[in-house]
Amino acid sequence: MRILKFVLRRLAFGLGALIAISAAIFLVTQGLPADPAKTILGRDATPESLAALRSVLHLDRSLFSQYWEWLTNVARGNFGTSFTTQMPISSYLGERFSNSLFLMIVSSAISIPFALLLGGYMALRRDSLFDSAGSFTSLVFAAMPEFVMGTGLIVVFATTVFHWFPAVVYLEEDASAWSDPKGVILPIATLVMGCIPYVSRTMRASMIEVLESDYIEMARLKGVSERKVLLRHAFPNALGPVFQVSALNIAYVVGGAVIVERLFNFPGVGSALTEAIRSRDLPVIQFLSLLIGSVYVITNLVADVATVLVTPRLRTTLP
Amino acid sequence: MNKVSREPRPFLDFIGTVWAMRRAKIGVVITGLICVTAAVGPHLAPFTATEFVDMPNSLHISGALFGTDYMGQDVWSRFLMGGGSILFLGAVSTAIGVLGGAMLGVVAAYVKGSLNSIIMRTFDIVIAFPGILWALLLLSMMGTSNWLIILAIVISTVPRVGRIIYGAAVAVVEKDFVSAATAIGESRMRIVFREVLPNVTSTLLVETNLRFTYSIGGIASLAFLGFTSDPTGANWGTMVQENSSAIILQPWGTILPVFAIALLTIGTGLIGDAFSRVSAGIDRGRND
Amino acid sequence: MTSGLRIKNLRLNVEGSGEDIVDEINLTIEPGKVLALVGESGSGKTTVGLAVLGHARRGVVVVHGEIHCGEREILSLDDENKRKVRGDLVSYVPQDPASSLNPALRIGVQLVETLEAHDFGGSDSARRDRVREMMSEVLLPTDEDYLRRYPHQLSGGQQQRVGLAMAFACRPSVIVLDEPTTGLDVSTQEHVLATIRQLTREHGVAALYITHDLAVVADLADEVAVMYAGRVVERGLVKDIFMRPSHPYTRHLVDAAPDIAGKKKVIGLSGRAPAPGKRPSGCAFALRCEMVSDECLSTFPVEVVVNDSQKARCIKVGKVVRSIFTASDEASTRVQGSPILDLRGVDAGYAGVKVVHDVSLTIRKGECLALVGESGSGKTTVSRAIGGLHREWSGSMNFKGVELAKGSRQRSTENRLAIQYVFQNPYGSLNPRRTIGDSIIRPLAIGGQSKSEAKRAVFEVLDQVNLPAAYATKFPDQLSGGERQRVAIARALVSKPEVLVCDEVTSALDVLVQAAIIDLLDDLRKNLGLAMLFVTHNLPLVRSIADEVAVMSEGRIVEFGSAESVIGDPQQEYTRSLISATPSIERSMR
Repeated sequence: MRILKFVLRRLAFGLGALIAISAAIFLVTQGLPADPAKTILGRDATPESLAALRSVLHLDRSLFSQYWEWLTNVARGNFGTSFTTQMPISSYLGERFSNSLFLMIVSSAISIPFALLLGGYMALRRDSLFDSAGSFTSLVFAAMPEFVMGTGLIVVFATTVFHWFPAVVYLEEDASAWSDPKGVILPIATLVMGCIPYVSRTMRASMIEVLESDYIEMARLKGVSERKVLLRHAFPNALGPVFQVSALNIAYVVGGAVIVERLFNFPGVGSALTEAIRSRDLPVIQFLSLLIGSVYVITNLVADVATVLVTPRLRTTLP
Repeated sequence: MNKVSREPRPFLDFIGTVWAMRRAKIGVVITGLICVTAAVGPHLAPFTATEFVDMPNSLHISGALFGTDYMGQDVWSRFLMGGGSILFLGAVSTAIGVLGGAMLGVVAAYVKGSLNSIIMRTFDIVIAFPGILWALLLLSMMGTSNWLIILAIVISTVPRVGRIIYGAAVAVVEKDFVSAATAIGESRMRIVFREVLPNVTSTLLVETNLRFTYSIGGIASLAFLGFTSDPTGANWGTMVQENSSAIILQPWGTILPVFAIALLTIGTGLIGDAFSRVSAGIDRGRND
Repeated sequence: MTSGLRIKNLRLNVEGSGEDIVDEINLTIEPGKVLALVGESGSGKTTVGLAVLGHARRGVVVVHGEIHCGEREILSLDDENKRKVRGDLVSYVPQDPASSLNPALRIGVQLVETLEAHDFGGSDSARRDRVREMMSEVLLPTDEDYLRRYPHQLSGGQQQRVGLAMAFACRPSVIVLDEPTTGLDVSTQEHVLATIRQLTREHGVAALYITHDLAVVADLADEVAVMYAGRVVERGLVKDIFMRPSHPYTRHLVDAAPDIAGKKKVIGLSGRAPAPGKRPSGCAFALRCEMVSDECLSTFPVEVVVNDSQKARCIKVGKVVRSIFTASDEASTRVQGSPILDLRGVDAGYAGVKVVHDVSLTIRKGECLALVGESGSGKTTVSRAIGGLHREWSGSMNFKGVELAKGSRQRSTENRLAIQYVFQNPYGSLNPRRTIGDSIIRPLAIGGQSKSEAKRAVFEVLDQVNLPAAYATKFPDQLSGGERQRVAIARALVSKPEVLVCDEVTSALDVLVQAAIIDLLDDLRKNLGLAMLFVTHNLPLVRSIADEVAVMSEGRIVEFGSAESVIGDPQQEYTRSLISATPSIERSMR
């Protein structure tokens, strides 16, 4: 019961954060000097047509009332109409969202379990060759920006060294990502290689701290077998901090993978947002920002709740 | 252990220990190499950045070892010139971002109450949305001058640094010597600057280095997406994007800049890793 | 002897170097007997204790030696056999019960685990029965609900009893207890010690009890071994060691130990024990010993037999004299000082919850008032309120006729400097990034004194706490705990205060250092005419420093009076039970 109250409270805060983010986005896109109407109609537009467009788009109202109108619409499920395509947003962005979701699920399913095992094993074999080599590699991959890593993969596996995979994703309009399995391998690989270092590093540090702890020493001094010490005592206690890091990585794929989507021409939410920004399609910008923000809020919420559930000390002392 | 004979200088000892680590030396060498290339390169370039040399995307041209790029410009020259702005913007944005984030983090840790909530909640909200998207929004709405690019990176940097420094500062604020300073009547400002801040320096060093790595990556990434103050000038990030479609014909236009950025970020990453290991060792040893 | 514990010629080194941590350790414990292994921190006693289980911490290696638990030799076993022996033949009770229990597992699970690891009982139901049996042996509830609790839902004393239950679960022959009552309240400690005594006698277990608390040793142990700088310097029966110590270090330890029933004055000893790697080839204690001669410095003394059971490593055995200070070594004709700080009806709390109720005290000029109580009694809250560090209080605090403001920032400069606070933890009360001199000079710099005058004051105050002037340029991590505490006192003295609030200032220090600090505080009080408030949970210490005592429990003052009358003839039930639960060397010797 207390857990439910905790979840509701975090949810409320998440909602607040979403509202704040959307307000900030609104401010940046419409509160700034650049005039959306002019951008849409171009420089040669006449003042009359500009004024007409502005009133159609409600741009002549106060910033706050525009925001309020948008917010109430969203709450009702009406996400607005795209400036560029004149179609309701929800209808045609669904495909993009499922593509990004696909990337997110596949890359997380591969990277997180692997990273946990890797980090845990590195902590066990601390300071060994495996650990040093692993730490070094992990550092290298973590430091490089994604487009560097992605381009490197393209150069090696697609264009110059080997020719196993295509360099970009060739998808027709409205086709889903998994209809071109060979094409999505490199983007997924880029994301996986970007995610594993963080999660494995966090797991390693957490595992080392746990292995140094008094209760692990005590379990050994009680005569508990090493296998049980690791599986029952060490591993579960090391997982705590990992949830947050995993959540960050998972959420990143949906919106922050802008670079990867651009590099591989992948039709996901990130590239949709980039295009919308370029063409000043305000409703799409605002909607997608809300979407991406929601993904972050939800994954963080799940991570927070999971952390509390897994840590008895937090679970039993919830206010 | 305790060198009773000479007067210790904690900061120099820290740097000395870091330098002793092999990865720090490697990192410094690599980073130094790239920085020198970026700084000195423009003076060694045989051609200018926009000079037409020969047919676009061709190799095996005399006088141009790495061939021409998509506009017929000399790849090698553009490579030599392409690092300066990334490094400069990276350094400036890191400096501003780390300073701002550290100040806010320390103040939030010491002051508590409503100011703390405001600062920390703002951090949470900014971090809840991908940094690159904030940057895209800002730059596409307001333009791509150097200062705006710096601002975009600073927006990403401040809350992240702030959170980390806040965590470190909270541990310091709990310590008795801060209470002791309050008890003898030290002003709040002095406590923040003389008691709390000096005790988070190891965390600060690690974060500065980390943020420099990410800033460089971020600026290069923004350039890759086309957000740079000088679209036709030589820039490693834009070079990757410009030449990637011709990568099958002319790989060097892509490989050279990619390699440079990779080395730079790896180099700074190694230095940062050395910092964090030494500071973790020190912090652990201090727990007596 | 084929039972009990025998340690022969044990040596452990620092890994990778030739430096010894402990060497030439020879101990014997018979079944049912308790041997106390006594020493200050860094003497190597925990290293010896862990070695009995065949375990060495990171960076420690066994060089040679034999450890016989019952019929088996431990050090020559392979890893799997060592695991089998741990918890079964020989078990361990750790110092900090809170951190030694897995916070994510229920205590029932952790209790059963020991049994499962050694297949005790043969079946799950037999094991469940044994768990219930274990819990009742340590006087804990045996119902399912209690077993389903997590460690953080138990008190410190209950956690320690769970630790004891786990240790005795498989009926071991040998048990190693590493300072198991540190941090426990005196009343809890009494129960835990009684449980240990009973279980070891009943089951014929040989117990190695590691501690630095001599009063506990006198109460519980049959034999004692004293360790210094990695060697056993004296061993023998408890009575012999305390009444007729043969080694000078042992004598210093006994002289420094506060006692609630016996002598009053504690005598300290300056200097530090040499760390591994810095140990001389001669006697490690030589440089601190008042009987030192050239012979002592050249070779390490071998064990000299003093009598049947007593052995010591000193070439001057027989010449050590036990200083016996009985009561009234100080003239009791003291004129009571005039009141300088008066508390009336003070309530204090945290976030609206009241923890201190209606406290009234008087602190007098030139005198020391001890504020004693167990953890949670509110004594620290009161002292922090007086020091201006805690603002949530109401009532009257009258200092020289003026009402004190609640926080130190709100007080006048004069009042702020007149009441100074010394913290408990020497490792946290000094800014690690500032030199000692900088830390001390701050109050004067704020007060606007000229630099040269302030500097002179710093040297003056370093002298008052017996630290060399050269220390002003050192950093805290170059100093020992005792030295840091002196610096903390110096920092308090530099503003020439009239009231000194000492909050558990010796709780983190070894007994010899503690005695030296108590000595120092007493001298300062007399020479400077300070009014002192000494907060402590260590009741015996009170006799060595306080003129008057106030006993606190659950936020109220339960008893108040002169030190002699409160300790010697307590009127309140709570005080009486507290005193009787406190172990005393004197009492155990009778």
